[in-house]
Amino acid sequence: MEAQVLSGGFTDPAVQSAHAFRSVMEAMARPGTLHAVSGAVPPAPLSAAAGAILLTLCDTDTPVFLAGAADCDAVRSWLAFHTGAPLAGPSHCMFALGTWDGLAPLSAYPIGTAEYPDRSATLIVELPELSTAGSVLTGPGIKDKAALSLPEVQAFQANHALFPLGLDFIFTSGDHVAALPRSSEVG
Amino acid sequence: MTDQAYNFAYLDEQTKRMIRRAILKGLAIPGYQVPFASREMPMPYGWGTGGVQVSAAVLTPDDRFKVIDQGADDTTNAVSIRSFFERTAGVATTTVTADASIIQTRHRIPEEPLTEGQVLVYQVPIPEPLRFLEPRESETRKMHALEEYGLMHVKLYEDIARHGHIATSYAYPVKVEGRYVMDPSPIPKFDNPKMGDMAAIQLFGAGREQRIYALPPYTQVISLDFEDHPFEASKANHACGLCGSEDSYLDEVIIDDAGGRMFVCSDTDYCEARQAAGHKGQDAA
Repeated sequence: MEAQVLSGGFTDPAVQSAHAFRSVMEAMARPGTLHAVSGAVPPAPLSAAAGAILLTLCDTDTPVFLAGAADCDAVRSWLAFHTGAPLAGPSHCMFALGTWDGLAPLSAYPIGTAEYPDRSATLIVELPELSTAGSVLTGPGIKDKAALSLPEVQAFQANHALFPLGLDFIFTSGDHVAALPRSSEVG
Repeated sequence: MTDQAYNFAYLDEQTKRMIRRAILKGLAIPGYQVPFASREMPMPYGWGTGGVQVSAAVLTPDDRFKVIDQGADDTTNAVSIRSFFERTAGVATTTVTADASIIQTRHRIPEEPLTEGQVLVYQVPIPEPLRFLEPRESETRKMHALEEYGLMHVKLYEDIARHGHIATSYAYPVKVEGRYVMDPSPIPKFDNPKMGDMAAIQLFGAGREQRIYALPPYTQVISLDFEDHPFEASKANHACGLCGSEDSYLDEVIIDDAGGRMFVCSDTDYCEARQAAGHKGQDAA
């Protein structure tokens, strides 16, 4: 087994995952804000932030879909060793990871049911850049308006129209994270 | 001192991940009750096991933790939960609202407005606002799915028919962002207006009932009412006997067996800070 598979996890899992979760929680609670996430050194092409989020949220209970370039041997073995998360197709995953193009089409993912809207996928979208400029966001968690550099607009508007069903998005770039829950209106 | 026999903040990592996933879904669907696999905690159900599990999943070693029980920092429930996390997480604790980054609460929202960066964790006994109207979970799920909330208005109307006004005084139902009707936990309805547009994140944990729900900051939260019977945030019509505050929520305290009583702030930190600043009520020594 390659050494790279075994390394790159949290060195102090309880504390590092607590910090990583707080960043993700703040991001999800305040759409359009950027937060730092660190502690993981995942194999390419994963960003440090995406690696830390996988370690913080995924385990044997959460089927993960690796999309596009993220679906490589290095990532598969790293994820298996550090989280034990089973791999699944888009229609049965709880988390999906990849670039925006790699994750398409969004219609493939579970959006929850009317009685259990929480049974929907969370997409971890790797972006080349992430900034608080671009598409204007309104909704819960946002005081007046916020802005986020989304890869496109229409898909998120269609997703918001499904509320309370829909997908939730976590955006990662380098060691930064932002999020867009289904409750946010993109305008 | 941290109790080394336990993982940080008592719960094992897999449990925390499960709770964390539920919190994220709760934040994404404000007011919706997310089922979670509540664990047995070293305290009985009804003592805040839901709030404790949410706090354990959210705490980092950098946090400063405050616990209130009916507004007070010095009652049994508050003292024991505070020392529980001092022992198992080694976090700093405080009783000062403004100094705390995470506040676990039983049945009150602090008087002092909360700020960005703070997290308010509620202990919830019955998370389902429709439960006393419809005991079947399968039915209440459907009612939430269909936004079938007429029954809740009937209950409030029956209050008016029987008492002449809406007599529900705590656990007063709210509607979140025009979608989900939510139980704010048994806070007095005096506190309801503070939930809407709050700068802090609000998380709700019901241990026995195995539900987590959440309100992101700046979320619209409206107390249900009627045009001709608008919602009113009521409190005892007195000033605090110790600090003289006229706009804080008051507890009535019986002080002798001859009918003597006094009204004091339920938020002990707020009351003490006012007394330290020189405010005096009529019963102050």
